[in-house]
Amino acid sequence: MLDAERRWGMRRVRRATGGLHMLLLLFFAFVFLAPLWIMWVSSLKADEFQLLTEMGTWRIFVPSHPSLQNYFDVFRRMPFQRFFLNSTIIVTSIVAAGSVVNSMAGYALARMRWLGRGLVLSLIVSLIIIPFEGVAIPLLLIVNRLGWLDSYRVQIIPFIAHPFSIYLFYQFFIGIPKDFDEAALVDGASRLRIYWNIILPLSKPVLATVAILQFLEYWGAFLWPLMVTRGFEYRPLTVGMQTFFGQWPREWGDIMAFATMMTIPTLVLFLAFQRWFIQSVASAGVKG
Amino acid sequence: MARRSKARTVTDDTVTAWLFMAPALILLLLFLILPFFMAFGLAFTNQRLIPGPIPTRFVGLRNFQRLLDDATFHHALRNNFVFALVVVPLQSGLALFLALLVNTRRRFITFFRASYFVPTVTTMVVVAIIWGFLLAEQGPINAILRVISFGHLGPYKWIDDPHLALPAIIMLSIWQGVGFQMVIYLAGLQGIPPDLYEAASIDGAGMWQKFRYITFPSLRNTHIFVLVTTTILAFKLFTQVEVLTQGGPLDATQTIVRLMYVIGFRELKVGYAAAITVVFVLIVLLISLIQRRVLVEEREVA
Repeated sequence: MLDAERRWGMRRVRRATGGLHMLLLLFFAFVFLAPLWIMWVSSLKADEFQLLTEMGTWRIFVPSHPSLQNYFDVFRRMPFQRFFLNSTIIVTSIVAAGSVVNSMAGYALARMRWLGRGLVLSLIVSLIIIPFEGVAIPLLLIVNRLGWLDSYRVQIIPFIAHPFSIYLFYQFFIGIPKDFDEAALVDGASRLRIYWNIILPLSKPVLATVAILQFLEYWGAFLWPLMVTRGFEYRPLTVGMQTFFGQWPREWGDIMAFATMMTIPTLVLFLAFQRWFIQSVASAGVKG
Repeated sequence: MARRSKARTVTDDTVTAWLFMAPALILLLLFLILPFFMAFGLAFTNQRLIPGPIPTRFVGLRNFQRLLDDATFHHALRNNFVFALVVVPLQSGLALFLALLVNTRRRFITFFRASYFVPTVTTMVVVAIIWGFLLAEQGPINAILRVISFGHLGPYKWIDDPHLALPAIIMLSIWQGVGFQMVIYLAGLQGIPPDLYEAASIDGAGMWQKFRYITFPSLRNTHIFVLVTTTILAFKLFTQVEVLTQGGPLDATQTIVRLMYVIGFRELKVGYAAAITVVFVLIVLLISLIQRRVLVEEREVA
């Protein structure tokens, strides 16, 4: 009797903590999702006066008279499609070229024996520490001398080689059994062939990790494009968004429409490759 | 015969390996190593971005002397330290708490993990703008404060108030960044062997004791990584400040990187901006060195 009573009590305690746990989970989901929900809802409110009067009430969460007018306004007031194209070109170029350049370096460091290997490896590892902000000003001087200002290349070429990506490739390649290339070498395959036909196809996890980390970093790049682009022609979304935000009078509906359109691609990519995104970040933490 | 062919593959490898390394090394040399050392050289000159009437020359420590007297630079340095001192413990603590919260197997848990991570994949410029909206005078945050304080608090002009601008930047930075650290802590939590907890349960340890004596100490390397990356990020603070406050009001949100950008890019004073760069790099290197030191000691103890 006593035992049963105690068990019943335990179950109640467990149910209470379970309920508290769920409550906390929901509270934080609200904290992290509500601002993005508000962004989207506000982008659908064409009447700026209505938007402003509702922003301090619960109606901020409700699209009362949904309309796409703000989205049309964005395209009328700003070359949004141009910014979008620029960001896409810049990020895909960095990711594509970076995957090749950095994985080749990682391959040489991990799977070949050569003079200078130890030295180069420690150089790459020590370069990881240098933050971009620490080289931005001299780099501006360099690209200015090269006449690269206002172009795609100034936003792509300096970011292709990436010490941390090289290190991630190196770490991954070291784990692949040596027999893979030795067997191929005996068969007379060249190093380039082994790298391209054997090693790279095995490396999808690390390729995805590097691509995702690079995408997150350069889709949001702000300081550098702010310094090296003047007109709209080569500007990425981030700088376009800031310019739009700075225009007076401030139309919050239009701004939120711009922000929503800018966020959708990253959200779609994230939802499609959720597990990969989270694993990439986790592996960056474990290996960094 | 066999030996000779082996010797040949080794020498072949040296040439091939350097060819494999070449693209990365050339790019790193030009766009990372060269500008890194240039900063240290430029800091001792009066170099300008666009050559002016004054010829570029060596000015010794003048740039650094000016930094010592520059009130704006002092504000920037202080703001970065305040930001780091507040954000690092708050964000890391919250990240660990969230990681513990989602480190269970219950229904919809992947939904919660994903939703806490969503701000991290949202671009900082967008985050800053959304928060500019949330923090507006008639906006929802002031409304919530008014309701929970029965009308005693607010409304505040967050980003226009010299006392509240930095707290506002801190708030949105934590909101955006905490998901990243949460995922790293989650990976750390999942690396703790479960038998440790089973053994503790048999010994009658409660939830708090398990956390205090197993979870927290087992995450030592994760703590170090999270603390160091968050500290370095704190010193890189730029985007949210540039979008929302432009360093104002009254330099209340001025930062080292923003000052470097304003002086080097807008005022074209590359030499002076390089001196700020040097200070920034030294701070970041110091933090990284401390991290390596602590990790090495850890290995020696283990």
